[in-house]
Amino acid sequence: MIAIRFERVTKMFDDQVVLKDFDLKVRKAETKIILGGSGSGKTTILKMVLGLVKPDQGRIWVNDRDITDLSEDELMDIRKEIGMVFQEGALFDSMTVGENVAYPLREARRHTPEEMEAAVRRLLGFVGLADAFDKMPSELSGGMKRRVAIARAVVHRPSIVLYDEPTAGLDPITSRTICDLVIALRDLEGVSSIFVTHDLSAATTLASEMAIRESSGQVTFRSENNEFCLANTRFVILKDGQIIFEGTDESLDTAEDEYVREFLT
Amino acid sequence: MSVITSAIFEVQEFTLLSTRAVTNLFKKPRYIQDTLVQMDIIGVGSLLIIILTGFFTGGVLALQSSKSLKAFGAVHLTGQLVSLSLIKELGPVLTALMIAGRVGSGIASELGSMVVTEQIDAMRALGTDPSKKLVTPRMLASTTMTPLLTVVADLLGLVGGWLVSLYSLKLNSSLYWNTALRSLDYNNALEGLIKPVVFGFIVGMVGCYFGLRTSGGTRGVGLSTTQSVVTASILVIVADFFLSKIILELQY
Ligand SMILES: Nc1ncnc2c1ncn2[C@@H]1O[C@H](COP(=O)(O)OP(=O)(O)O)[C@@H](O)[C@H]1O
Ligand SMILES: [Mg+2]
Repeated sequence: MIAIRFERVTKMFDDQVVLKDFDLKVRKAETKIILGGSGSGKTTILKMVLGLVKPDQGRIWVNDRDITDLSEDELMDIRKEIGMVFQEGALFDSMTVGENVAYPLREARRHTPEEMEAAVRRLLGFVGLADAFDKMPSELSGGMKRRVAIARAVVHRPSIVLYDEPTAGLDPITSRTICDLVIALRDLEGVSSIFVTHDLSAATTLASEMAIRESSGQVTFRSENNEFCLANTRFVILKDGQIIFEGTDESLDTAEDEYVREFLT
Repeated sequence: MSVITSAIFEVQEFTLLSTRAVTNLFKKPRYIQDTLVQMDIIGVGSLLIIILTGFFTGGVLALQSSKSLKAFGAVHLTGQLVSLSLIKELGPVLTALMIAGRVGSGIASELGSMVVTEQIDAMRALGTDPSKKLVTPRMLASTTMTPLLTVVADLLGLVGGWLVSLYSLKLNSSLYWNTALRSLDYNNALEGLIKPVVFGFIVGMVGCYFGLRTSGGTRGVGLSTTQSVVTASILVIVADFFLSKIILELQY
């Protein structure tokens, strides 16, 4: 099954071409890292997966279903399969952290309050913010907001998660925590994802580490070495609305393209 | 785009949003809790400014009109003049303008900042239709609360007029209340209630429309807020003219 597929997608805002004949494929349990400068259309790609933005040309499939022409009502079913971590978190600032994370479950209207609270507390524990349950988003730092946003994006166990620059502007330690969460979801839960960023070090971490659950139940992280090489994470580099590089972190290191080299330094 | 085509486009978008807000009333899911919260914010939250507005408007009406009435030897009609002007015109219009300033601007800036911080996108991504969760509750709350607040303004206005008549114009209390209440027939009361329903709808919808249409970051939020107040106020005054005209035609 292919989780996300873009075929010759073109998107314009007024006269500005943001994406031109853009192709993308994300397989089950695969992570695609999209690197690109500011304004290169990264957020637009993610919003098109959710049907929040419609392409002008081309087609988009999510879990093998063509979503290009679906109405807002029809998209609701597709969106249940997707979690999105917005750029600055986009937490609802009139709700507490607990209510934010519970939101997808409440909208599904299938869970008891006890089930919801248990799920929310488990997830806040997972992102390391167990005490933030009753806080308001305005009381949180940028890094905490992003982690709450991750919790909210995955609480309903979506098969696809979209990350919009989740590490931008964060210190290396917080950034590392967020990468660990992304890796754990990819390797332990089989989540397919698109990770949009212009933070090369976060991208490298994602492409070179894997999470393993030991028999004791503990999760550990291992770096790529001579024994194994991660194949479920690939890079895509965007420029002027088109893909100028696609491949693994190893091929990225040997890439010739001038812009790619420039991006790496 | 020329000014005219963009104006037509805006009217069309506004009409679409309003239609959606109304048809949502008959569709699930309904956000009753959100509606009650909005009613509280709009109704209870505006009470004080409405009380002050009504009271002093009634007072000044009595003060100003007594002079002209005296010239015709008709000071005893002060009560009637205050009550008619208040209930048919000033109560509904001034209440709506105050609500536009306080509530319409609040709605526009709240929804506007939700747009620029991607909270609206997040809501849609999480399976919620913002027109159901955000627009319909606000529309419903301002449509129902504006008439109630208008009644409060009318009553306080009558009290203000009465105090002025009593202490400043030395009129007889029962004379004031008799003439004031006599003019309150069914037609006038109906006119005084239909207008604020329409005005409340306008203020709520204009606030939602400009809020959701916000673009361009924090600056955009300020712009939307201003535009919503100006547009809602003008629409209220224009609508008041046409409603008065229609009601007059229907009465004769
Ligand atoms: N709703 C919109 N209306 C007009 N232009 C937009 C809109 N959304 C994005 N753009 C433009 O499209 C380009 C790509 O935006 P975006 O996808 O947000 O870039 P990135 O996330 O890579 O920084 C930018 O130049 C932006 O100004
Ligand atoms: Mg972006």
